[in-house]
Amino acid sequence: MKYESQRVAMPYFIFALVLFAGQILFGLILGLQYVVGDFLFPEIPFNVARMVHTNLLIVWLLFGFMGATYYLVPEEAQTELHSPLLAWILFWVFAVAGTLTILGYLFVDYATLADVTMNKLLPTMGREFLEQPTITKIGIALVVVGFLYNIMMTALKGRKTVVNIVLITGLIGLAVLWMFSFYNPGNLTQDKYFWWFVVHLWVEGVWELIMGAILAYVLIKLTGVDREVIEKWLYVIIAMALITGIIGTGHHFFWIGPPEYWLWLGSVFSALEPLPFFMMVIFAFNMINRRRRNHPNKAAMLWAMGTAVMAFLGAGVWGFLHTLAPVNYYTHGSQITAAHGHMAFYGAYVMIVLTIISYAVPIMRGRPYGNSNTAQIVEMWGFWLMTISMVFITLFLTGAGVLQVWLQRLPESGEALSFMATQDNIALFYWMRLVAGCFFMAGLVVYFGSFFIKGQAAPAEEVRGPATQEA
Amino acid sequence: MAERFTKSMARNIYLGGSAFFVLLFLALTFDTQIRAMPERDNRDQLTDQVVRGKHVWENNNCVGCHSLMGEGAYFAPELANVFDRRGAGNSEVFQAYMNAWMNAMPTNVPGRRQMPQFNLTDQEIEDLAAFLEWTSKIDDNDWPPNIEG
Repeated sequence: MKYESQRVAMPYFIFALVLFAGQILFGLILGLQYVVGDFLFPEIPFNVARMVHTNLLIVWLLFGFMGATYYLVPEEAQTELHSPLLAWILFWVFAVAGTLTILGYLFVDYATLADVTMNKLLPTMGREFLEQPTITKIGIALVVVGFLYNIMMTALKGRKTVVNIVLITGLIGLAVLWMFSFYNPGNLTQDKYFWWFVVHLWVEGVWELIMGAILAYVLIKLTGVDREVIEKWLYVIIAMALITGIIGTGHHFFWIGPPEYWLWLGSVFSALEPLPFFMMVIFAFNMINRRRRNHPNKAAMLWAMGTAVMAFLGAGVWGFLHTLAPVNYYTHGSQITAAHGHMAFYGAYVMIVLTIISYAVPIMRGRPYGNSNTAQIVEMWGFWLMTISMVFITLFLTGAGVLQVWLQRLPESGEALSFMATQDNIALFYWMRLVAGCFFMAGLVVYFGSFFIKGQAAPAEEVRGPATQEA
Repeated sequence: MAERFTKSMARNIYLGGSAFFVLLFLALTFDTQIRAMPERDNRDQLTDQVVRGKHVWENNNCVGCHSLMGEGAYFAPELANVFDRRGAGNSEVFQAYMNAWMNAMPTNVPGRRQMPQFNLTDQEIEDLAAFLEWTSKIDDNDWPPNIEG
């Protein structure tokens, strides 16, 4: 760590991981409710648990992105952060507002929450992933604006690297697109159309810029490959992400009212969306093969390779499986969608945040070459347990989805099974998914355990090219 | 990548490509929203009651369990075509069905998925039914494939 102010990333990472644990806990509750329908009813109905599960994910990833940004922007710009104080203030504002919102979901009836937060004045609640009270949405916007101000002031006064420019472009995109969360017209088709401006253009648009920039930064640090080479890759990857992903939004417009030309546009462009993720795999492995140093933080290296591969599988392959309109006609809104959502979010965004945490947290804890060997081995156990569990969660949900399509969607009206009858028929897959979810939780516990193992790695003995002093 | 392919070329592809596709997306959005949608979303029947029903839908987080045009949660049945499935496409039948259904919740059958009692007023149930009826009439390229949603 070259600049003292980078340390402000630490509370962001810690809080992100705490929320991550909450997200997984509620995931298990949901998984159980899928098979034991009245579990925790009426105390925590499914819709409440799901809202907590998904909102915790979004908020902890935002904490992770902010932590990553506070850590890497000063180092890239070669200057101290503009205002560490502002970063701390915004941390507490965001943490308190986020916690209050989650507690509100859990302890206040949703309609009452809408009422007391005066949703009437500017109705934005009750839409998937955007369930937050309007006041929370305004809070998120203000926190992000303050954060962007702090980061841009830092970046502008220092060295302008491609990593910083791409990261900040992605973050500005995130902020601008968030504005669409405030647009909720009475016409459902318009509501849905612009809802995707937040949801799709985040995860299949600007978030890919953020992911690419963080991955590029970590690879520069871990491999010592010439920055010029890595930056060129980064530009090509994000070019592909936006060229395919923007019109690729059309794959969400098939069945919600927009005209038929979206069937073609959405199919063709979203079929190309795996490309940037495939390139990320090639990129990560290529850079690691051409490495000019052997960084002793092997765990961070594993996360970096893992995120590229799993993002390609989850977002790329599982996305492609059901993105062509003739296929999507039958799979839309089935468990196949859920399967894709789980692996894509885990592979692309959970893992990229865990990658930067794996790299940066040891440094902030005074272990410039990474954690001790034992700690790294435990962390890697956490990596494999969580990742393999997520593969199985995805496979079981895919099995459930294929069967659901077969029983409920493919037959003609009159012969098709009803939704609930179908659910009974695929319960075995839900049980297996729940078991895989428990293994995921075990992996998370192991991963957390790795943080409590003392000691640090020594500078690598086998070093080619520039030494790791600059790590 | 070959050395002939320089970083500034990569940057230009990124800038040019994304600018082009952002503009194309905006143009398509304009065409979709201004030209195409008015003929597809039966907005002439979008009454105040339908909008009130949408707010009932939102304020009770219905999308946290159900899907609507395939979007939402997958814990409970699709509702964009529930007007056809449970109301046989008849407003009065559907209103009566909705009233009976909403007031019968939860079933409290052990082990079964439970829908909460939302304590909606008769007016709110009527509004919600009007919203779901209007939604069922949007031209959504004939989705879902059959009546079960």
